Amino acid sequence: MEIFTPLTTDAIKGLKAGQMVHITGHIYTARDAAHGRLIELLEAGRPMPFDFDGNIVFYAGPAPTPEGAACGSIGPTTAGRMDLYAPTLIKQGLKAMIGKGLRNDKVVAAIKDYDGVYFVGVGGVAALMSKCVTHVEVVAFDDLGTEAIRRLTVEKMPVIVAIDSEGRNVYER
Amino acid sequence: MPRKIHVNDIIKTVEELCIKACVVVPCDIRRFMEGAVEKEEGLGKQILQDMLKNQDIAIADNLPICQDTGMVVVFVTIGQDVQIEGGSLGDAINQGVRDGYEKGLLRKSVVADPINRVNTKDNTPAVIHYNIVEGDGFHITVSPKGFGSENMSRLKMLVPSDGIEGVKKFIIETVVAADANACPPIVVGVGVGGSFEKSAIMAKEALMKPLDAHHPDPFWHNIEKELLAEINNLGIGPAGLGGRLTAMAVHINTYATHIAGLPLAVNIGCHVNRHEEASL
Repeated sequence: MEIFTPLTTDAIKGLKAGQMVHITGHIYTARDAAHGRLIELLEAGRPMPFDFDGNIVFYAGPAPTPEGAACGSIGPTTAGRMDLYAPTLIKQGLKAMIGKGLRNDKVVAAIKDYDGVYFVGVGGVAALMSKCVTHVEVVAFDDLGTEAIRRLTVEKMPVIVAIDSEGRNVYER
Repeated sequence: MPRKIHVNDIIKTVEELCIKACVVVPCDIRRFMEGAVEKEEGLGKQILQDMLKNQDIAIADNLPICQDTGMVVVFVTIGQDVQIEGGSLGDAINQGVRDGYEKGLLRKSVVADPINRVNTKDNTPAVIHYNIVEGDGFHITVSPKGFGSENMSRLKMLVPSDGIEGVKKFIIETVVAADANACPPIVVGVGVGGSFEKSAIMAKEALMKPLDAHHPDPFWHNIEKELLAEINNLGIGPAGLGGRLTAMAVHINTYATHIAGLPLAVNIGCHVNRHEEASL
């Protein structure tokens, strides 16, 4: 199934844990250092560098872009490191995250309470995944290098619904 | 007369090893996965197929297999009759890393201080282990270590009464806790004995072995086989999304230890377990 950004609440509610979906539209990269900065901005009452509503954050930092390509190798990093920050961002309107691995109970609860969704990509298939990215633009924190926030334009990027809006979890074996 | 090796040869070698390790999956892992894909089914099979496809694209387009091109761990085995000329060996290795990460368009993932965290922008410094031996050989292994799997590695100072059961339990617990975060199918490197740091270095060295290597002592070889079977019964599967294949190998290194101690380190390598080596 193909889904388009920004995600509507209805579209999110239709997703079920374990389902494979293909994302088309814009997604925003942010990992450890960028999350630290976003929280600092929030605490200072400053605006976010992009609109969270219906948008997807991709826990990723790409490799450098080769000449003639849209994006270097890119793939999900371990989501658990962002667990400390995720509930705060979800309360601010963030709807969806892409990462790899398990989330803690607080993140699962926030996903349920705010109709969110957590997707996983396969870690380490980054050359393949880079082929789904058609355009990259830095939107904030350029000084962070690979950890800057980038807006990616993606076409049919394959991910798996890991935690759906009802809190069902693909990792519960 | 000592045998002379110029730093320029070392710089060039390290540069080439960094790029090759990040772009080309080790051939034993490639062969193993090609065989494993037949035995897996459903989502697990699809993920293994994507991993193989990814390896092909990486080679064809000269792209890193994974965006996390790691912090570089280097093992140097140097004969005591070798003389390095033209500069320092450590500087040469770091220059090779710098050149490799720049020319290979590899991600720079190293920060200068663990708390202040400013990126060094050239992926240096490397972590370098030196081993001095007899003769005039020079062998270097380069392993760009990703931290998805590195973060899930653990060390524990067991006590002698914990015995082999305690060792096995801790290794299994570590793999269970690592789950999807370590990017399975993984390679499990284990160091048992020595001191605190010796066990950790042995665990890392264990990840540098070929997949079909085993401990020379039949007792430990059997433990490796038993642990591998048990790990593959956990059902974690490729990418942690369920399946038969969770680990490709368990490698154990052992060393003498103290009467009071039983140090145990478990270092996890992801499904590409990058490492390349060369002799000069």
